[in-house]
Amino acid sequence: MAELKAKSPCDRLLPITLGGMSLTEEQPGSMWVLAPFKGQEKALSKALEAAHGIAFPAANRATGKAGSRAVWFGREMALLMGPEPDAKLVKHAALTEQSDAWAVVRLDGAGAGDVLARLVPVDLRPQIFKRGHTVRTELKHMMASVTRIGPQAFQIMVFRSMAKTLVHDLKTAMEAVTARG
Amino acid sequence: MRLPGKGLNQGAKPITFAFNGRHMMGLEGDTLASALLANGTHLVGRSFKYHRPRGVLTAGSEEPNALVTIGTGGQQDPNVRATQQELFEGLEARSQNCWPSVERDVMAVNDLAAPFFGAGFYYKTFMWPAAFWEKVYEPMIRNAAGLGALSGEADRDTYEKAFAFCDVLVIGSGPAGLMAALTAGRAGADVILAEEDGRMGGRLLAEREEIGGKPGHVWAAEVLAELEAMENVRLMPRTAVTGAYDQGTYGALERVSHHLPRRHSLKGSHLPRECFWRIAAKHAVLAAGAIERPVAFRNNDRPGIMMAGAVRAYLNRWGVAPGERVTLFANNDQAHRTARDLHDAGVHIAAVIDSRHDAPVDGPYQVIKGAQVCGSAGRQRVESITVRSVRGEEKIQTDCLAMSGGWNPSVHLTCHLNSRPQWNREALAFVPAEGAVPGMVTAGACNGAFSTASALREGAEAAGKVLEAQGLKSAAADLPDAEDDPYRITALWAVPGKGRAWLDFQNDVTVKDVKQAAVENFRSVEHMKRYTTQGMATDQGKNSNVAALAVLADATGRTIPETGTTTFRPPFVPVSLGAMGAGATDEGFKPQRFLTSHGESDTRGAHQLEVGLWYRAAYFPKQGETNWRQSCDREVTLVRKAVGICDVSTLGKIDIQGADAGKFLDFLYTNTFSTLKVGRVRYGLMLREDGFVMDDGTTARLGEKHFVMTTTTAAAGQVMAHMEFVSQALYPEWDVRFTSVTEQWAQFAVAGPKSQELLNGLLGEDVNGETWPFMGCGEATVLGVKGRLFRISFSGEHAYEVAVPARYGESLYRELLKRAEAMGGGAYGMEALNVLRIEKGLITHAEINGTVTAFDLGLQGMMSKKKDFLGKAMSAREGLMAEDRMRLVGLKPVGAAKEITAGAHLFTPGDPVERIYDQGYVTSAGYSPTLGHPVGLAFLKEGPDRIGETVRLVDHMRGVDTLCEVVSPVFFDPEGGRARG
Repeated sequence: MAELKAKSPCDRLLPITLGGMSLTEEQPGSMWVLAPFKGQEKALSKALEAAHGIAFPAANRATGKAGSRAVWFGREMALLMGPEPDAKLVKHAALTEQSDAWAVVRLDGAGAGDVLARLVPVDLRPQIFKRGHTVRTELKHMMASVTRIGPQAFQIMVFRSMAKTLVHDLKTAMEAVTARG
Repeated sequence: MRLPGKGLNQGAKPITFAFNGRHMMGLEGDTLASALLANGTHLVGRSFKYHRPRGVLTAGSEEPNALVTIGTGGQQDPNVRATQQELFEGLEARSQNCWPSVERDVMAVNDLAAPFFGAGFYYKTFMWPAAFWEKVYEPMIRNAAGLGALSGEADRDTYEKAFAFCDVLVIGSGPAGLMAALTAGRAGADVILAEEDGRMGGRLLAEREEIGGKPGHVWAAEVLAELEAMENVRLMPRTAVTGAYDQGTYGALERVSHHLPRRHSLKGSHLPRECFWRIAAKHAVLAAGAIERPVAFRNNDRPGIMMAGAVRAYLNRWGVAPGERVTLFANNDQAHRTARDLHDAGVHIAAVIDSRHDAPVDGPYQVIKGAQVCGSAGRQRVESITVRSVRGEEKIQTDCLAMSGGWNPSVHLTCHLNSRPQWNREALAFVPAEGAVPGMVTAGACNGAFSTASALREGAEAAGKVLEAQGLKSAAADLPDAEDDPYRITALWAVPGKGRAWLDFQNDVTVKDVKQAAVENFRSVEHMKRYTTQGMATDQGKNSNVAALAVLADATGRTIPETGTTTFRPPFVPVSLGAMGAGATDEGFKPQRFLTSHGESDTRGAHQLEVGLWYRAAYFPKQGETNWRQSCDREVTLVRKAVGICDVSTLGKIDIQGADAGKFLDFLYTNTFSTLKVGRVRYGLMLREDGFVMDDGTTARLGEKHFVMTTTTAAAGQVMAHMEFVSQALYPEWDVRFTSVTEQWAQFAVAGPKSQELLNGLLGEDVNGETWPFMGCGEATVLGVKGRLFRISFSGEHAYEVAVPARYGESLYRELLKRAEAMGGGAYGMEALNVLRIEKGLITHAEINGTVTAFDLGLQGMMSKKKDFLGKAMSAREGLMAEDRMRLVGLKPVGAAKEITAGAHLFTPGDPVERIYDQGYVTSAGYSPTLGHPVGLAFLKEGPDRIGETVRLVDHMRGVDTLCEVVSPVFFDPEGGRARG
């Protein structure tokens, strides 16, 4: 019988290396939106901690680390990245799989902040937007999720269908920043 | 003339450039203006209206005269201020608003006709015949008047936009700005220092004075070196802050590569020409300095007549003497420095003319006190001036007159949020009002503090103020010693006398024009401005506003503060549209959304259609098909006869969960969903709050508390926002959570009589009417992958929609096509999809156009009487259910044309084809290969009651006039047996 082949959102678009910066596609594993039901916020956070060792993130924060991360994803919502959510979470939250819905890239290197300053209207200075901080915002014309995952590294997510535009916009900004030297 | 041993760019690298085709030499660090003056070139351009010869007036961004064009074709930059353009090797600039050359300009004849061309001339003269205005007068006037021109070609340069954030934005890098930045930087604040010039230091580069025992420019360089070394300070030269906006946001234009040879910004290098910044600052210190104002006297616009401060700048910064026999005309002490500095540099001072009787005498040159310059002579450069004093009138030979009527603080940014500046009688200048812009503190000359010592002090104090507000400690300001001379000024705006005395050099407005405005009762400063066009050019009256309103005040018998200023609006300096629209060209214009099947449909030669941001295949031409209709007809037929595959992933999919999910859907849709059985799908209709139809679609129940809603492609975002509104604003107490899963699933329609057979080999189970009844849904294993199957139909055929996680989309699409093609089927696109649904009378947003009600669509039966739903009350309004509303019908042609076009209007045969007889309009149309004739959907007055009648269809756009029969909107298989079976 035929088999279905999987293709990642940024297939054949990445990686790009420019002026000491790298733009690579992340393979985050499973991605699930966790949205606590009424009054279940604390119970969900506890269950999340028990099952996956990470707390439910506060607004504009991400918890955990690469491989198992919970990123605040909007009003009373988090995106669990990495593990399949434990079955016990079902009691406390609406779980919706989004593993294929988002293009996830990593922008890393000196100048990454300058690149995003050309696309994202949010204050991403390191003393303001620290590691573990996240924001739902615009990236040029696209709705995006931006998380600082290292001193000069950001995780950037947009809808899967916009992967090509994401790479185009980031590459253009990387070129402009690099050209300034 | 370059003076050896003078200026700050001594020993700099020589640079070759060209002006109007003439090759000249300059030095690195020069502006185009300083290099031209060094080459003895004063005549740079022609004036706007009278084409009078004009030369460099200033040394800054306020320059009204020395505007040049640089570059050609799409890269042509008009109206570049020579005073701001830094010189680079190979720079080629040319004069504008002149023909055939700046020296011999044909249009200079305008100047001879000047008596006729005063303010208001156009308004009075070109009144009739009325039709002449647009075709004759306006093009003629536009041709004669004007500044530089664009090439008409697309600008292929790159521009960029960027955001910046800081604690303290310091605007201007003169003594006040440097001191503020230093104080704030040392205290650890995040500082941005923005300076519009290519070199920081402001007036310290232009004056000969000491700060802390060192030359001012040395002190500036030391401070800049310290600032540069601070990690928390960002220096932004060539960056003009253009506007102050709400909540501490400032716009700024950075000229990134205008100072570099062209190749640096050509494609491939990626260096932008300009960057438009939006800077959000907790606080700002405005240290924008001041702009020296000219004195209006007869023929004060001749090349060689310059601002006194600018002459000092050319001398002290660039080592250029703008003349060999220089005269000075002033009304304040400070201007006398020009004579002093020139004299010390060995330049002959022919005379200093001061309007004050108590003017100082500070050099071994003639000072004529209580005197005024009342005229100038010369052809393309000043040759002599006429001085009027108690001794009478005398002529003085001079090739450069430096003039100063005092200084206008640059209050512009303080007025951008509607504050008006206040008149300071001592300084004879408008100064910023306290607290004009929240979070902004002003310091130095822009605040009316004209001495260097006071600028340093105010800069430090301003920084101290904002640091304190931010809870940061600043060390006690360590203020170096500096010049603290009094300003001493006596008012002098215009020298009385005959002839034209220029106020606004850029728009050719004279004292007489302003007086004429007053005579004609345009007494308000805003009316005067519009009547004379004073202050309306690219310099926005930076040089002329205060003097013009002083003349107006005099003419109307009011004081200057009574007369007031016009409104200061952003931008402070011209901003190119390229910078404002940076990045929004080509692919940057809007995001592109691609389906997982995009690559495969491209390979098959599909014509792609833009649907919002999405790209969808319109049709798939096969060999021999030369027309889209051929492909479309074939694709419709293969669906009706075999099986077709279409990517429907663009439809909005929203995952809804929670104990109150059913209740939530009952309120969103007009019909009931809480009663829907798990594993079943229902069609639903959604209204806006005003009772009109918003969207339609199917919703599947996957579990007790779990639904998946489908929206149309067009309304996916709108429906999501609508749901957020209901959930957050109307029923926040309901336990329901939802999120978009549009992108998670790749979903394909498998439609046609052979669809069941196709799926049978694909799914890990037997697909039949029992397991998957019409409107059934559930999880299914698709070639080993966990997916979903919905038995729904938008074509009227036995059909399914099969969904898999998007990563498998491309692979599944290929597999589906392979199997369909083996069965005599294949891919179908949007064109065929459209025909299929019209044949079935199924609606899209062509019908749901925002003006229709459920009643108009014949779907009033779907509006539940048993429950409340959003839009219910408003949909019950009288008139929204009226029989004579335009309502949905089908149309088929009976006339000779056999053509139905969307957008055509319908009339009762025999009625005139006029708006008031309009009976309705066609929303969708297509050729039905199934029926063998065109079919259309339309809204027709009392439509359903007119089935069988004939209507006249008129499409003025496409020239169609034919007759149609009104029929049921469901053309094909009205019983629906094919979909259910």
